[in-house]
Amino acid sequence: MGLFGYLFVWCTLLLALCLQVMPLPDAWLVWRPDWLGVLLAYWCVATPQRVGVVHGFVLGLILDLIEGAPLGQNALTLSLLAYLFLLLYQRFRVYSIWQQAVLVFVLLGIAQLVEQWLRTIFGPISVSLEFLLPALIGALLWPWLFTMMQVLRRRLGIG
Amino acid sequence: MRPIKPLFSYGPVPTYRMLLCAVLAFGLMFAEHRFSAVETVRSHLTTVVAPIQWLVSLPSEGMRWGAMAISDQQSLIDENLRLREQLLTLSNRVQRMASLTAENVHLRELLNAPNPDDVPYITAELLSLDSDPFTQQMVINRGRRDGAYIGQPVMDASGLIGQVVSVSAYTSRVLMVADANHAVPVEINRNGLRFIAQGTGQLDTLDVPSVPATADIREGDLLVTSGLGGRFPQGYPVARVSRVKRASSQAFMEVTAEPISQPERSRYFLLLFPPERPDTSGLSGPERMARQVIWPGDPAHPEVHRISETALTAALKLQAGAPH
Repeated sequence: MGLFGYLFVWCTLLLALCLQVMPLPDAWLVWRPDWLGVLLAYWCVATPQRVGVVHGFVLGLILDLIEGAPLGQNALTLSLLAYLFLLLYQRFRVYSIWQQAVLVFVLLGIAQLVEQWLRTIFGPISVSLEFLLPALIGALLWPWLFTMMQVLRRRLGIG
Repeated sequence: MRPIKPLFSYGPVPTYRMLLCAVLAFGLMFAEHRFSAVETVRSHLTTVVAPIQWLVSLPSEGMRWGAMAISDQQSLIDENLRLREQLLTLSNRVQRMASLTAENVHLRELLNAPNPDDVPYITAELLSLDSDPFTQQMVINRGRRDGAYIGQPVMDASGLIGQVVSVSAYTSRVLMVADANHAVPVEINRNGLRFIAQGTGQLDTLDVPSVPATADIREGDLLVTSGLGGRFPQGYPVARVSRVKRASSQAFMEVTAEPISQPERSRYFLLLFPPERPDTSGLSGPERMARQVIWPGDPAHPEVHRISETALTAALKLQAGAPH
């Protein structure tokens, strides 16, 4: 993967970051898929030699700065997510696409759970199971996103 | 000879990197919790990500502009009509306000009481509402360069919005009164009873805890800032009591209130600059308490620094002498 490949990876990740922090009406916020998590997962599975924990850490720090969260909160969750996908990517590749989606849901859910734990450490919040919705919607989007990204990646010859 | 490539390679399992990242992340969280130097570093870094914040606010700006560009003549005429009516109502109120102000000045002169000054302010525009469903915050387009500071009160056209919690060069982050981490000292406008209004995490509800069962509080009561605690100036509307639940067996009532400000609909805000309070950390307990209630430069008592020293000494002497 050359310079162009890296550029492409970072462009897609930054696009996902923008989608992640795009202002939405208050009632829609919980329905926003975990864009950044899903895309990071894709690149960890597709190019595990290149994209990994450090990418998650840097993106998480940027997200912390934009969201005003305690520095390191999203950095920790996203690097953990990247790590989990790097652990499982070989098994992941032999799964059918819907099995993959289920696994994506489980791993994104674990990351969201860790994030909720960190939040409760830093102060009172209203806890409800709604925090799993971004993971669920992200997983439902996975088959389409995965197929689209694979086609794009093959056409651009990145890998 | 090259070694045979194993059929099932393990690939990269970056456990050490993960450990390093985890230690770094926990270190950052701890440092931010303990050392205020991280706050300045953070405010500089936030300036770096400001372009992303600006970029993601573009679509909604564009939508607003587009909606205005394609809105038909009829709706513009309607809006114009509505605004004219509003202008008429407001100018009518201003006229009455002028006479009331004159009357107020006159009455205060009769009472020999000083006139409260106006609190200076700057305007600010919304950059983005928080993208996180579990906190109630927003980002506005005024920062350190404009004089914004941490703890500054923020208003909209109708009431108190919240306070500034972090400041970068060009933007700052506002914690809203409805956030679960926010509480504001209030009093009932009708009779001056003082309470705390606490956020619940939902934009349309505030909690008023520890209201005695005998307190005179009714649905529809206006809660305004009491000015105690010194962060918010006195007399700005915060919320209206929406529900009072009395249980005869309980010592306290359950009271909820609805914020008056409309963070979901407002785009323009006021950042207030209430007069600064003196540093009271080095003073003894009673004197500090006395100074927290009335301090030199208080808009309600601008002449207090002239009269307070003798009165304060007398009060302190009285208090010191009381137990004996």
